[in-house]
Amino acid sequence: MVTPAQQSPDSEMTWRRKLSDVLDMFAFPLRTSHYVELVNPLWSTHQMQAQVVDVWDETKDARTITLRPGVNWRLNRPGQHVRIGIPIEGRHYTRTYTISSPPERNDDCFTITVKIIDGGRVSKHIVRNIKVGDYLPIGLPQGDFYLPDASPIQPLFITAGSGITPAMSMIRSLVAQERLPDTVHIHYAPHEFDVIFSKELRQLAADKEQYHLHEVHTQEFGEEKQTRGYFSQEQLDKLCPDWKERDCYACGPPGLLAALEGVWEQAGHSRRLHIERFLADFAEIPKDAVGGKVRFAQSNLDVDADSETNLLRIAEDAGMNPPHGCRMGICHTCNTKLLSGCVRDLRTGEVLNESGAMVQTCVCAAAGDCELDL
Amino acid sequence: MATRKPLPVDLTDEQIDEFGREMESIYDDIMKSRGESDRQYILGIIRTQRSMALIGRLFMYAGLFFLPAWSHALAGWTATLLIMGLGTVMLGTAKILENMEIAHNVLHAQWDWMKDPDIQSNTWEWDTMSPSDRWMHSHNVVHHTWTNVLEKDLDVGYGIMRVTPLQEWHPKYLPQPVYFLLLMLFFEEGVALHEQALIDVVEGRKKASEFKPLAKRIGRKIWGQVRKDYIMWPGLAALVAVPISFFVPESPLLVFGLVAGANFIANIIRNIWAFMIIFCGHFPEGVYNFTPDQVEGESRGQWYLRQLLGSANITGGSLFHVLSGNLSHQIEHHLFPDMCSNRYPEASQRVRAVAARYGLPYNRASLWRQFGTTWLKNLRLAFPGGRPQPEVARA
Repeated sequence: MVTPAQQSPDSEMTWRRKLSDVLDMFAFPLRTSHYVELVNPLWSTHQMQAQVVDVWDETKDARTITLRPGVNWRLNRPGQHVRIGIPIEGRHYTRTYTISSPPERNDDCFTITVKIIDGGRVSKHIVRNIKVGDYLPIGLPQGDFYLPDASPIQPLFITAGSGITPAMSMIRSLVAQERLPDTVHIHYAPHEFDVIFSKELRQLAADKEQYHLHEVHTQEFGEEKQTRGYFSQEQLDKLCPDWKERDCYACGPPGLLAALEGVWEQAGHSRRLHIERFLADFAEIPKDAVGGKVRFAQSNLDVDADSETNLLRIAEDAGMNPPHGCRMGICHTCNTKLLSGCVRDLRTGEVLNESGAMVQTCVCAAAGDCELDL
Repeated sequence: MATRKPLPVDLTDEQIDEFGREMESIYDDIMKSRGESDRQYILGIIRTQRSMALIGRLFMYAGLFFLPAWSHALAGWTATLLIMGLGTVMLGTAKILENMEIAHNVLHAQWDWMKDPDIQSNTWEWDTMSPSDRWMHSHNVVHHTWTNVLEKDLDVGYGIMRVTPLQEWHPKYLPQPVYFLLLMLFFEEGVALHEQALIDVVEGRKKASEFKPLAKRIGRKIWGQVRKDYIMWPGLAALVAVPISFFVPESPLLVFGLVAGANFIANIIRNIWAFMIIFCGHFPEGVYNFTPDQVEGESRGQWYLRQLLGSANITGGSLFHVLSGNLSHQIEHHLFPDMCSNRYPEASQRVRAVAARYGLPYNRASLWRQFGTTWLKNLRLAFPGGRPQPEVARA
């Protein structure tokens, strides 16, 4: 027998579904949500929106944007990221950013913290031009870089630059839950005024004896070049002697992450190292790799592609607008069926050639001729 | 290429190529300058259109509270019809905006460059009985490629009318003044059934069963439209009227009929307007038609020239242009079908000047002149003969 408690979520879902189907008949061929959106964009259900409610400069080139998400938002697990649509000069871009706030925030808002990437059009636009009151389309929190719920662990956070964002969400969440364990945090930044969340981190280090913060400044004022303080095993042994007993959560530029992987692998502790990347780390492309003719079956387009340019870019350059999100192989919005031929996953170098396989077009390139269901 | 019948102009092939290059530079300049203000334009139009549709429908409902049965001070048929009429005009206008300035242009991929997932030609479904993708084929592919070419462009007479003396007269064209009026009133239905496959079935080239899957798709879209305008909205009003009818002596049936009738009139308003604007695009006096042998092996420049000679603009104010979906700039729309419509006025300025320099006609006149000559031509060409188009097109 089914108890009412078990039954209700399901029947409520179908009941709501049926109601919205009937309501949509009034709005055909649109949906009721398209009209609800006119009253308040945050109430729309066909495309979740978020309103910018605050902006705050963390450093000279990094800004925290506070967003109030619309209905149907799902709380993030600390460390997860979210897809955000940004219009720039009339064109729509989609990027993925880590949520820097903990789910325990009590104002139903969340924050992202964005640092300007050199030559990055979207990051620059977010940091400089997004205004309070703007509405941005968003996705739901995603990603598997988060702390386990149950097992008590002693974390070691190694972060650099804006790589601090997922760690910040985790630390804030642990503090909010009043269950911050003994924690070591090594953070790399050019110099002391370039530390995102510096005030909060330093305050935390002063207040909580179980939180050990080590800021490493890779640059002195007045110096032209970055000269000191890069990650090394000696430095790690010095700052955190018991690192082998800890679970390490790391986020930062590819160079740092590669060094970490080397150290942990040598120590035989790879399983305790958890990494979040900003950019997909690409495998070396073999010298004999060739591109080929890409066929987009649904669009009935044939395009030539080389062996390094991702297929998403190839499609966009051909004038198509296939679905996509993070552009770094994590969100799977761009998943597309491979109908025939062969593609290479640029991250692993692995070659996919089974027809019917799912291809992440943003991180795969042609390896000979191929046909995609786009 | 020597056997090809030339286009009706006194320009050499080289001059025509140069004309084509001038058109392309206008296109490139404007396409490059698209930006945030264009996005704000289309978003603003979409917001306005949806608000107008919603408010129009609420006005229709509001009018019901002024039925004589309510017997309050303002109640009476005059107030009821006035308020419902206002709602009807708003809904009709919203449908015009949706079909013409928004959907027609979105489906032409004019806004695809924004890469906004909500405003894409391949996903937009419009507020009319014809499914978007079917219409995109018959319109974007057939009509825009083969503009005004006999036997190729289905829009030359839509298979039931004689719109140019180049079409041979046949007794079947005698009732075309009646078709003209019927198509004006039921343009939406006409567009939905405007399918080569259907003509093939009627003329016996295809079996009815071959048309069935397509008919099913079109049928589903028609059902969605009918359900919305003639069941859901009037039905909700009638449903609310049932409990009210215990206290106020008004019939729920009357309420249903009034709302359904208002929706019907809104659809007719849209049909008449869309028909007038669209018929002014290619059928007024002075527009050229072409024979298939004129377009064989056509160059890009010749294609541009044919679009110019085969289309006509309507003059008017900026509100008029928006309500016509900027099809009042039919010439520019045919030259540059995927340029966003809000930029046609500036393109028009330049195209007109180029046409003048090349001594080419640029057909542009008021709605009354364009629609008047279209109608007169329709009456005249129901009978044999008709004034042939000039041998050479000159400004």
